Amino acid sequence: MRAAVIVFPGSNCDRDLAVAFRRASGVEPVMVWHKETALPDGIDVVGLPGGFSYGDYLRCGAIAARSPICRAVVDFAARGGAVLGICNGFQVLLEAGLLPGALMRNAGIKFRCKSVALTVGTAGSVFTSTYVAGQTITLPIAHHDGNYTVDADLLARLDAEDRVAFRYVDNPNGSVGDIAGVLSENRRVLGLMPHPERAVEPLQGGTDGAALFASLVSALESA
Amino acid sequence: MKATVHVMLKPGVLDPQGEAVRHALGALGFAGVASVRQGKVIELDLSGEDRAAAEDAVRKMCEKLLANTVIETYHIEIA
Repeated sequence: MRAAVIVFPGSNCDRDLAVAFRRASGVEPVMVWHKETALPDGIDVVGLPGGFSYGDYLRCGAIAARSPICRAVVDFAARGGAVLGICNGFQVLLEAGLLPGALMRNAGIKFRCKSVALTVGTAGSVFTSTYVAGQTITLPIAHHDGNYTVDADLLARLDAEDRVAFRYVDNPNGSVGDIAGVLSENRRVLGLMPHPERAVEPLQGGTDGAALFASLVSALESA
Repeated sequence: MKATVHVMLKPGVLDPQGEAVRHALGALGFAGVASVRQGKVIELDLSGEDRAAAEDAVRKMCEKLLANTVIETYHIEIA
């Protein structure tokens, strides 16, 4: 499985994400600068990392979503490519229109930085197939704008279509329906606020994120 | 020509920042502030003289970038 990690000015989880991809797949990911207009050939999954792209100017992820490389990522997703957006990457996916809804300032105003318990909403995706639906895992969060918002109709649709990938056990930011991560309609795009790449080896304090990368390897290498 | 764009959260969308400002005003002794909504103002300096064309262009800018219409509304003034 060959991964591309997009690097924006202000990204700060790009190297951690690359390590997580490499650890799971054994293949060195390609780091792609935001000014590139095309993805390298032969990419199986694109990762949008956490951080503060463009200093969070205007809205978190807003400028990054209009950068040259993001047009290529949108095209890649339209062709059925797998795209993983973590934290600021999730914000970019929403601003790019690849996922529905918006992320607002945390309901309690605070920047929340701690490990949180999540339930796995579905094992039915290339990102979650090695988890078990209903399983409780622990991943770190670190964000100021993670308050996921969708209207009631869309919320019902996300539930009906089994597109909520992860839910908070104890909601840290006011997200509607305790939603921590959502899937696209074709289930090939995942955006989530928690950081699975910060929980792939014991030295990081937990390994519950490793299964997400293992799921990708198992889905995309057999494809 | 100058365009001023006001971007506000849609009515009904909880504004945690506005709510924090309201609490702080109360703590400073300002009574009677029932609610606070916080938005942003964006000023654009535009070339060209055609007012209608400018308004049209700014509307497209709002839809594409300046506002997130999932949660925000915008209001344009051309002067």
